[in-house]
Amino acid sequence: MTDPDAGGPASLIELDRREVLVAGAGAAVALTLETGTAQAQASAGAEAAPPGTAMTIRPRINGRAMSVEIDTRTSLLDLLRERLQLTGAKKGCDHGQCGACTVHLDGQRVASCLTLAAKMDGRAVTTIEGLAEGDGLHPMQQAFIDHDALQCGYCTPGQIMAAVACVREGHATDRASIREYMSGNICRCGAYVGIVAAIEAVAQGRQA
Amino acid sequence: MRAFSYARPETPAAAIEAFVAAGSGARYIAGGTTLYDLMKLRVEQPTHLIDVTAIRGLDEIATDGDMLRFGALAPMSAVAADRTLQRDYPVLVEALSKAASQQLRNMATVGGNLLQRTRCLYFRNGAGSASTANVYPCNKREPGAGCAAQDGIDRGQAVLGQSAACNAVSPGDWPVALVAMDAQLELLGPEGARTIPVAELYRPPGDTPHLEFTLQPAEIVTGIAVPATRAGRHSTYHKIRDRESYAFALASAAVALELDGDIVRRAHVALGGVATQPWRAAAAEQALLGQRVTPDIANAAGRAALQGARAGHHNGFKIELGARTVADAILIAAARNPA
Ligand SMILES: Cc1cc2nc3c(=O)[nH]c(=O)nc-3n(C[C@H](O)[C@H](O)[C@H](O)COP(=O)(O)OP(=O)(O)OC[C@H]3O[C@@H](n4cnc5c(N)ncnc54)[C@H](O)[C@@H]3O)c2cc1C
Ligand code: FES
Ligand code: FES
Repeated sequence: MTDPDAGGPASLIELDRREVLVAGAGAAVALTLETGTAQAQASAGAEAAPPGTAMTIRPRINGRAMSVEIDTRTSLLDLLRERLQLTGAKKGCDHGQCGACTVHLDGQRVASCLTLAAKMDGRAVTTIEGLAEGDGLHPMQQAFIDHDALQCGYCTPGQIMAAVACVREGHATDRASIREYMSGNICRCGAYVGIVAAIEAVAQGRQA
Repeated sequence: MRAFSYARPETPAAAIEAFVAAGSGARYIAGGTTLYDLMKLRVEQPTHLIDVTAIRGLDEIATDGDMLRFGALAPMSAVAADRTLQRDYPVLVEALSKAASQQLRNMATVGGNLLQRTRCLYFRNGAGSASTANVYPCNKREPGAGCAAQDGIDRGQAVLGQSAACNAVSPGDWPVALVAMDAQLELLGPEGARTIPVAELYRPPGDTPHLEFTLQPAEIVTGIAVPATRAGRHSTYHKIRDRESYAFALASAAVALELDGDIVRRAHVALGGVATQPWRAAAAEQALLGQRVTPDIANAAGRAALQGARAGHHNGFKIELGARTVADAILIAAARNPA
């Protein structure tokens, strides 16, 4: 569990311990434990783990190469949120039905909740945290602000990651196509009109 | 979720070997959009996952020649984006692009799609939360347990092909289009390679709804082959849902017509959303042969397609909806690519 690129003292295993200590509340601890390795095997209780349920993956996440030991059951979403503190991607349904967890995998949008972290060895993941270059906003982020494309904001990171991909794929050709190719992202607040307008603006280059 | 080991072999032979060595708890995993989902719901509980996605050469798409060929690992989104297919086989493209969402289509493979499991909520352990695990009996999930859907909320259940043991709908769109187009499935197992019609992959529920596919243990789907036909130009996959996009079919129809002027020389018709397996509608095809396509003929064919349908408590509407969906699909297909 070392991060060859960062090299610093804050190894992932230390992060884990801190999390467990900080978390306090039972449920939060359990969630953290489930994504840890030795802990998860212990918490599996009666279901004895066959050999090989822990593994090391070497993904590149938001441009940073890393090496992480995971329990094979871990989803990419839980790896991001619970281990790497990248809480931008949201867990709405955990079953591929809402799009809140959308990230880019090797440049393509996927639902991170239905993606096994075990598959991430050698793959490049981009989350909302890694979308903008430097301190500025990505044009799609700016467009969402300009077009009032959110209310509570819970679906927004997933919407923006899906929207960036939608434009890149060439599917943001008109409003009907934007709606169709954004249908995998549900907004409980119903900010759809603003979302479609923001994407249309970016696709037409009206948003710098 | 039960703990499992994970392996990612790079050749079919190594995958089959790993599967055989792992024994009864082994499962192949491709995109994972069915399997991992059901593992979270405790419906599937494998102890060994063998990831087939590192196997090289199984994701190729070839749309020239007498056979269209799709490697089993080709993502749904990649096949749907094929230009030749978009022009010459709308039925295949629409069956893929009207399924799931772009995120899921980037993950899901066209091989795994054929083996997706029913979305029957009772099969999925109630509404899918872990706390409803095993509240509702399901013969498909647990042989002999009973079927909660028979006297339960059966609005989504099948009106064709159901048995006393199970009325769960076969959910996929792509399998319906493939069955309509006489597609073949290429398989590789411990005993070697074989090819079967896609239609023969599916078993009727009968008394054994837990046995859904005719795959042999450890067999890998390597590819899908569709005979090239000019009927593809006059084709459509028409899908009716509770909402306009990103939902499974309430009723759907795959239709492709070989036309001579405006006379039907050969018809391909299959139904989705209403049956326990992808449902080829031979009677509807028969009703179209030698006919000029008119709304009356299309409606007659639609009614023929639903011949023998039986309603439960809340799904009677599917019989009329299914017939009209087929009829509309026939009219749409006939109007495509006028000569
Ligand atoms: C929210 C949501 C909405 C959806 N909407 C639709 C829809 O509208 N229409 C539709 O048709 N589908 C829909 N789907 C289903 C989706 O299309 C399937 O889950 C997907 O196609 C399965 O492919 P996969 O590669 O992810 O399979 P996996 O989940 O990896 O595997 C599925 C099954 O196939 C087996 N398998 C996979 N590949 C092989 C192989 N090469 N050889 C042997 N066995 C193999 C696995 O062991 C497993 O049993 C939806 C799914 C979700 C989650
Ligand atoms: S959390 Fe992944 S799609 Fe809902
Ligand atoms: S802004 Fe609240 S869910 Fe979309």
